[in-house]
Amino acid sequence: MNWTFFHKLGSPKSFYDISGRWLPWIAVASFILLTVGTVWGLVFAPQDYQQGNSFRIIYIHVPAAFVAQSCYMMLAVAGIVTLVWRMKLADVALRCAAPIGAWMTFIALVTGAIWGKPTWGTYWVWDARLTSMLILLFLYFGIIALSQAISNRDTSAKATAVLAIVGLVNIPIIKYSVDWWNTLHQPATFKLTEKPAMPVEMWFPLLLMVLGFYALFTVSLLMRMRLEVLRREHKTRWVRDALEKVR
Amino acid sequence: MNSLPEFFAMDGHGVYVWSAYAITFAVLALNVVQPWLARQRLVSLHARRRRREEA
Amino acid sequence: MLQIIWLLFCREWRLAWRRPGQLLNPLVFFAIVISLFPLAVGPEPSMLRTMAPGVIWVAALLATLLSLDGLFRSDYEDGSLEQWVLSPHPLSLMVLVKVLHHWMVCGLALVVLSPLFGLMLSLPVKVLPALVLSLLLGTPVLSLLGAVGAALTVGLKSGGVLLALLILPLYIPVLILGTGAVEAALQGLPVAGYALWLGCLAVLALSLSPVAIAAGLRIGVSE
Repeated sequence: MNWTFFHKLGSPKSFYDISGRWLPWIAVASFILLTVGTVWGLVFAPQDYQQGNSFRIIYIHVPAAFVAQSCYMMLAVAGIVTLVWRMKLADVALRCAAPIGAWMTFIALVTGAIWGKPTWGTYWVWDARLTSMLILLFLYFGIIALSQAISNRDTSAKATAVLAIVGLVNIPIIKYSVDWWNTLHQPATFKLTEKPAMPVEMWFPLLLMVLGFYALFTVSLLMRMRLEVLRREHKTRWVRDALEKVR
Repeated sequence: MNSLPEFFAMDGHGVYVWSAYAITFAVLALNVVQPWLARQRLVSLHARRRRREEA
Repeated sequence: MLQIIWLLFCREWRLAWRRPGQLLNPLVFFAIVISLFPLAVGPEPSMLRTMAPGVIWVAALLATLLSLDGLFRSDYEDGSLEQWVLSPHPLSLMVLVKVLHHWMVCGLALVVLSPLFGLMLSLPVKVLPALVLSLLLGTPVLSLLGAVGAALTVGLKSGGVLLALLILPLYIPVLILGTGAVEAALQGLPVAGYALWLGCLAVLALSLSPVAIAAGLRIGVSE
C-alpha cells in the first residue's frame, strides 16, 4: 500500500495541488451524471402504476438521502483521523462537509414531504424514514453549532470530532428505536422507496443520480476545503502565489 | 408523454414534481456557487491587500 | 482506588449540601413543566391520561438537561478539573462518581416524584410501577449521555441551549422506550421487554460514555 500518497494528502499544499487537478474532472462527471440522470428520470422512465408521475421525485429524494447518511459517516471517520493522527486536514474536511450534509438532509426532507402529499394526502407524516432524517438534521446542526461555539481552533476540532463519533455510535440505536416506534404507532407500512423488482429503465437513472449526487458533494466539499486551506495558510508563500495566479 | 404541455402537467402531479426538482437544484447550485463566490472574494481581498502593501 | 472514589463521592455531596436550594431546582422545574400541560390543553382526564407518559418523560429529559449544564463548570473554573485530568487515577472512574452523584440528586429524585405527577395526570395506579421502572432505568442513561455533552461544552459560557441541541437527539431512543413502556402498561400489555431494552441502553451507556466524557474533559482542559 502506497502510504506516501496518504501522507502527501495530509499537507495543505499538496492537498491544494492534487485537488486542483482532480476538481475539473469530477465537476464535469457530476454535471454529465446529473443531466443524463435527470432527463432520463423525468422523461424516459416509465410511470409507476400506483403513484403515477410523482414517483419521479425518487430520483432526487433517494440520492439526497444516501449522501446525507454517508456524509455523516464521513464526518465520524474524519473525526477519528483528527483525534488519532492529529491531521489538520481531517478537521477541515469535517468542518466543510457538515453544512453540505445538512443541506442534503434538508433536500431529502423537503422532497420527501412534497412526495408525501400526492401519495398519502399530507405533507408530513411521522414515519420512520422522515423522522430519522429529521433527527439526522438535528445531529448535523449540533455538529455545526459546536464547531462554531468553541473559539480555539484545536479544541474545536477535537470536541467536534468526539461529538461526531458519539453521534455515529448512536445512529444505529436511534434508527432501530424510531423504526420500532413507527411500527408501534402506525400499523400500515408506507414504503417511500422502490418496490423490490424495479425494471432497468427505472433504476438505472436512479443509479446515475446517486453517483451524480456523490460527485457533486465531492465538488462542493473540495471547493470549500480548498477555500479553508487558503484562509488558514494565507501567510505562506505558496498561498500568495496561488492567489496571484487565479486572476 | 405526447406533448410538451402534458409533460409539464405530469398528470396533475406537476406542481409536486417540479417544485421538488426546483428546490433540489437550487440547493445543489447554491452549494457550488457559494464556495466559488467566496473564493473570488478572497482573491480580490488579497489583491487589495497587495496593492496597499506596494503603495 | 475505592478510597478515592469514596472521597470524591463525599466531596460531591458536601458541595451539594452547601447550597441545598439548588438541589430542588430540577425538581421544581419538572413540576412546573408538567403542570403547564393541563393548563395548555385543558384538564380533561382522558386526554391527560393519553399524554401523560410523553409529558412526564419529556419533562424529565428537560429537567435533567438543565441541571447538567453546570456539572463540570465549577470544577473547571477553580482548577480542580485540571487536577483530576493530571492525576494518576483513571479519569473515567472519577467521572462516573460525579455522574452517579448527579443521577442521585436529579434522576433518582425525579423517579421518586413521578408517581405523584402520574396521579395528577390521571394515570391509573396500576400503571405507576411501570412509570417508576422506566424512569429508574432511563434516567441513568440521561445523566450519562448528558455528561458527554457537558464535558464537550465545559469551557463555554453559552449555556444550556447548546447542550440541549447536542444531546436531545441522542436522548430519543430512551424517550421512545420509556414512553413505550408506560403506554404498554396503560393498555395492559407486558412491560418486561421494554424494561430489558432500557436496561440494555443503561449498560451500554455505562460502559461507553465515561470514555467519551473523559475525552471531552481532556480536550476542554488542554486549552
